[in-house]
Amino acid sequence: MVELNKLQAQTIPIFKTKKDKIQLKNLSDKQWFFYFILTLLGFLIAIAANKFIRQMANVEIKTYMIFGIPFTFNTFYRLLLGVLLLFYAIAGIFSYFNPSARVKFSSRAPFRFAVGLALAIWDILGTKYLLLPQPFFPGPAKILEPFLMEGDFIFSNMLYSLKLFTVGFSLGMLLGIGTGIIIGWFPKAYYWLYPILKLTGVIPAVAWMPFALTLFPTPFWAAVFLIVICGWFSIAALTAQGIKSTPKVQLEVARTLGASTFFLVFHVAVPHAMPQIFTGIANANGFAFTTLVMAEMMGQPGGLGYYINLSKVWSAYYKVFASIFVMAILFSLIMKGIALVQAHVLRWQKGWVKE
Amino acid sequence: MSETLSVISRTILRIENVSHTYYDDYGNHVEALRDINLSVVRGEFLSIIGSSGCGKTTLLRLIAGLEKPEKGTLILNGEKITEPDPQRGYVFQHGCLFQWLTVEKNIATGLRARGIYRENKELVQHYIDLVGLRGFEKAYPHQLSGGMAQRVAIARALINKPKVLLLDEPMGALDSFSRADIQDKLLELHKENETTMILVTHDVDEAIYLSDRIVIMTPRPGKISEIMDINLPHPRHRGGTDFLYLRRTILEKLHLVSALPEPEYII
Repeated sequence: MVELNKLQAQTIPIFKTKKDKIQLKNLSDKQWFFYFILTLLGFLIAIAANKFIRQMANVEIKTYMIFGIPFTFNTFYRLLLGVLLLFYAIAGIFSYFNPSARVKFSSRAPFRFAVGLALAIWDILGTKYLLLPQPFFPGPAKILEPFLMEGDFIFSNMLYSLKLFTVGFSLGMLLGIGTGIIIGWFPKAYYWLYPILKLTGVIPAVAWMPFALTLFPTPFWAAVFLIVICGWFSIAALTAQGIKSTPKVQLEVARTLGASTFFLVFHVAVPHAMPQIFTGIANANGFAFTTLVMAEMMGQPGGLGYYINLSKVWSAYYKVFASIFVMAILFSLIMKGIALVQAHVLRWQKGWVKE
Repeated sequence: MSETLSVISRTILRIENVSHTYYDDYGNHVEALRDINLSVVRGEFLSIIGSSGCGKTTLLRLIAGLEKPEKGTLILNGEKITEPDPQRGYVFQHGCLFQWLTVEKNIATGLRARGIYRENKELVQHYIDLVGLRGFEKAYPHQLSGGMAQRVAIARALINKPKVLLLDEPMGALDSFSRADIQDKLLELHKENETTMILVTHDVDEAIYLSDRIVIMTPRPGKISEIMDINLPHPRHRGGTDFLYLRRTILEKLHLVSALPEPEYII
């Protein structure tokens, strides 16, 4: 026990300073095994809690046939936990062979353990004993039930949201970067247009909703319009600033090397503005998610926001949570995608700027 | 007469009656250059020296075409200079590499800007080798030392095979070791390619070490006060008697030492 405490004090990430992190570079087999087990243990506890604790409260547990296999929300919940467990087990075993992967895997182990434990407690309170206020706070397994009931419907709504976002945000980005370059490069454009950009930039996109609904023939394009507005103004403002702040001497270097105006704009000013362009995109991204869901809740024939609205009417709060769950995953994946592109485009900053 | 003719035919750059004024950051009217007349001989290494504010950088910028002179003309190979051109390479004071491009791509910029990269790809490696940066092709500027960055800047300017290479205090911000290193590199490049080089500097030693001729400028307004021929053979020895004598002469002309007789113990 003493040894274990010592081990934890040395290596558990939350107690670490930066200096310790460097020492952690070489994790011994014993330490690695400890974190490996810790990771799996959390999910095992969650599975065991669901499987072995008796259902005390009176909850209707329906059976659904999925691809000819009978599922209740409990078995489905355990299946997902099992998949997660397997995923981390494989990732853990792979990390064994690589010292830096070992550190990376181990550093998140206490968190994963806590997640497993929290799920178990939530399951007991929310489903087994029904102690949480119902129907507002269903248990974790109950939240998964909508996927069994109407998975295809949720999926089609998710696709609708994704389509709306992709079309709207791509257009917004295109327009934002385009106008940003023009405003940043031409002083006259900057003089006349930048103040407008600054004003329109602070208006929440949803304020344009009345116009969107009357100006555009379909609700889809009305929502696209709102998301375009989200991206356009904030990306344009930051792009313009980035272009404008290009050091004169960098442009002079390029001119003495024989650069045309086109080259100056697209090979000097735009790369220089890239960090700011990405800041603009990240800002706009957050606004766009908000606007997307808001627009969907206010009159779209589909989408995750629409699904929330639909469920709310029937007080099916577990469905609301299911939709939120999908949103969390979908939006995280989109953000991750953008972050990956950013890391690639700005790879020259690595080790140069504070991260 | 024949000598005059040969000087004219050997002249690559003529600066005629050039005067230039500008407004500084505080709105003051500054007379940067007054009545500058100078002929630069093809293939020579010319240094322009003077205290800060004597207009030496302005003169270099006018030659580059980055600014237009208020009065007078600058003529390169019979053509009036109006705007920047790849045949006048320019190495900036702090290198000013493109931070988002690797060494390789920084050096290739000239070729890309002129749209001739595809047919001249192999030139890039040649110039990387020339400035001794093999192995650093994929490095980003922030990973380089000051001296290495300046070598990239020189290679980047040279890849366009300029007729004249303009150097604006390229060693100004370097430590003495990198400075000596780049100086030797410049001499080597000058000898091999027979490029005309015009160096702006405030370092007297550097000017003597490198140049065939030194132009001494005085400030407010910027004027040429004297042009000196340096007829020392290469490689020059920084501690040599002739070197030290020239050094003292130039420092006197710049009013940095008084023209008193030398103390006896030096002899």
